[in-house]
Formats: sequence, C-alpha cells, structure tokens
Amino acid sequence: MSPAPAKNEGARNEVADFELARALEAASAVPDPEVPCVTVADLGILRDVSRAKDGVITVKLTPTYSGCPAVIAIEMAVQSALIEAGIDARVERVITPTWTTDWITPEGREKLRAYGIAPPVGSSGGRRAFFSEETVACPRCGSNNTSKVSEFGSTACKAHYRCDDCAEPFDYFKCI
Amino acid sequence: MAAPDNDANHTAFRALLELADDCLVLGHRLSEWCGHAPTLEEDLALANMGLDLLGQARALYAHAGEIEGKGRSEDDLAFLRRERDYRNCLLVERPNGDFAVTMLRQLYFAAFMEPYWRDIAESSTDADLRGIAAKAQKEMAYHLRHAGEWVIRLGDGTGESAAHMAAAATELHRYTGELFMASPVRTEAVAAGLLPDPENLREAWDDTIATVFRTAKLTAPEVRVHQKGGRDGLHGEDMGHLLAELQFMQRAYPGLSW
Repeated sequence: MSPAPAKNEGARNEVADFELARALEAASAVPDPEVPCVTVADLGILRDVSRAKDGVITVKLTPTYSGCPAVIAIEMAVQSALIEAGIDARVERVITPTWTTDWITPEGREKLRAYGIAPPVGSSGGRRAFFSEETVACPRCGSNNTSKVSEFGSTACKAHYRCDDCAEPFDYFKCI
Repeated sequence: MAAPDNDANHTAFRALLELADDCLVLGHRLSEWCGHAPTLEEDLALANMGLDLLGQARALYAHAGEIEGKGRSEDDLAFLRRERDYRNCLLVERPNGDFAVTMLRQLYFAAFMEPYWRDIAESSTDADLRGIAAKAQKEMAYHLRHAGEWVIRLGDGTGESAAHMAAAATELHRYTGELFMASPVRTEAVAAGLLPDPENLREAWDDTIATVFRTAKLTAPEVRVHQKGGRDGLHGEDMGHLLAELQFMQRAYPGLSW
C-alpha cells in the first residue's frame, strides 16, 4: 500500500480507533459457554483489546482454571464474534497475571446471583483451614443458612451448596 | 520458533518435564476413578482435581516444547515418549488402591506442590513458569484441603476406615522422600534460579502432614529407606500399565485428533 498523504493521517487514526472500539464491544459481549448469564468481560477473563505492533487488533483472554475445558470454546466464540462484526483480529491466550475471582465485576456478580449461582464471597486469599466453611448466601431466598454439598461442582469453578431454609440446591462460584 | 540449543535450555526443558510428568501421571490416575468413586460428589471432585492436574501438565509440556525448540507439541511429549523417558516421582504412579490410598496420595503430593508452586511463582527466573505456578498453587490449595479433610474423616472415623487409612500410610509413606530429592536436573535448575530447592519445603510438609495425622489420630509410619528412581526413569511395574492405557490411542492411530 502506498503511503497515504499526510492530510489523511488524522482520519485514518479515527477509523482505526473506531475499529478497536467495535472489537472491544464485540469481544466483551461474548457469553461464557458454561455460565451463559455472564460475559467474558463480566468474568474478567477478557484482559485486553489493543493493536499489536504489526497493527493487528489483538484480543487477550486468560483461562480461569488450568484445566478449564471451556478455554478453547471461549476463544473460538470470541474469534467468531469478531469475524461476525467484520473485524480482522487475533485472539491470544495470556496466563499472567493469574486470573482471580476478584476480577468478576459487580454487574457480573449480580448477574450470577440472578441466574441462581452464588457469587464468590470476599476476596481471594491463600490456604484455608481444614473444614473451614464460608458463609454463602442462597441466591434464591438470601438466607445464610446454607450447607456445602460438595467442594467440587458441575464445573471446575463451582462448588455445590444447598439452602437449609428454602431447600434450593445451588452452585457457588468458588473464590480463588 | 527454534530456541537456541544450549545447556541452559536443555536443563530447563528436562526440569519442566519432571514437573509436567508428575502432573500428567497423577491426573491420569485420578481420571481412572471417573464413574467409580464412592459417591457422585466424590466422582466430581476426583475428576475436577484430575482436570486441574492435566491442565497444569498441558501448560508445562507446551512451555517445555517451546524451550526445547524441536517442534514437539504438548501431545508429543505427553503421549509419544517411552517409559524410561518419563521423569515423574514414584508416588504419583502408585495405583489408586482404595479411596483411602487415593486420598492420602493426593494429600502427600498437594502438601508438597502447593508451597512449591508458591515458591516457584515468587522466585523462578522464568516468567511463563511463574504464571503457570501462580495458577497451579491456587488449585493445589483446594486439593490439599479436600484430601486432608478426607484423611481426617477416615482416620478418625470407624475402626474399618481407620484401618484402611493406616494401611494406606504404610504403603505410601516410603514414596514421599523422593518429593524432596533433587535429581541432577533439578539441582542444575535450582542453581540456575529456575526452580527453588525442594529440600526447603521439608519442614512445611512435615508440619502439614503432622497436623493432619494428629487430627486424624493416625501415626506416620517410620521409614528407613525411601523409594526412589522415578526421576531417573526407573519406574514400578504399574507405570507400564498406566502408559499402555494413556498412550493407546496415539500409538494405535498416530496423529489422531478430535
């Protein structure tokens, strides 16, 4: 491509920024395949949308757990969303800094609760004592009178709980 | 992208394989429980923990393959080596036995790896490895708690469950010394700043295990001579059977993919 005349530079940058904004919008709206009530942006796994040195828009995603089987599905879904939006971009996986449930946005937490999944309680810490229990509020009735059924639930990121007041069985998004 | 073939890369490659093989082999062992665990919740827990370990193994193999620079993928490294080329410690290849053996094996391994990953995340000279470690540390903290709680429940449970747990300790305790033994490769990796010295963790590990055993009313067996050999590729008979199943598809249908 021949160099554009200098007077068009500003206009070209505007177009570029517009594309970046559309890429961010398209990528942000992609739902998580396992927890479709929240988007990759809500979960904090969409880390960055920017132009790489070669000028290509680069979308960076990070996995929640090392063995999360949804990682490839999420990357493909984001790539598809970008293609559908007519944006030429590449999707990259980054592992640092390490994802934490602290990155789930307040909106994301509210969406999880409304969907019936208790959002992570507190902020991520280190090792917890044996048999220590977190107080997890029932997403249906709000009661704190709940018990853990299983530390490991339907996906790597969730534990299984039961409400001892309204009897609702529910998933809890583990705090890591 | 071919990395330069030098001694430092060769050390890093082999040191990463030791870590990756531990994760792959224990992850495979846990996957053998799928559909066989005593309760549905435990079936999910064992599969989830196995998945964590396989995820850690994948990241480590992929990184090792890049460092080696010979174009070997994570699958090549996981599926297409011979038994003598696997450098996992003997503990992780021990057969599942009963539920007590599986949970004690998990406790022994997690009580070592959780602090080891934390040290690696804080001190390794390899930024990619620090990233893998920071993630793995959080996962192993869950494994440690889950396995520790079961060892306590069963050890301090009925006469029957306590007898199973005591038998598991008798069987497995002699395989724990190898966790702290630095192989020649790991010694080089420690000197290069890639990995912290596993010997530093002995006290923390002893404390964790002593706490669990005391609460579980179990006695740690006295071990005079610890088993070793895995880091030199000298495995027990069970390893061959494990690999036969693990590698079957890629050996029978080379290059098969989903």
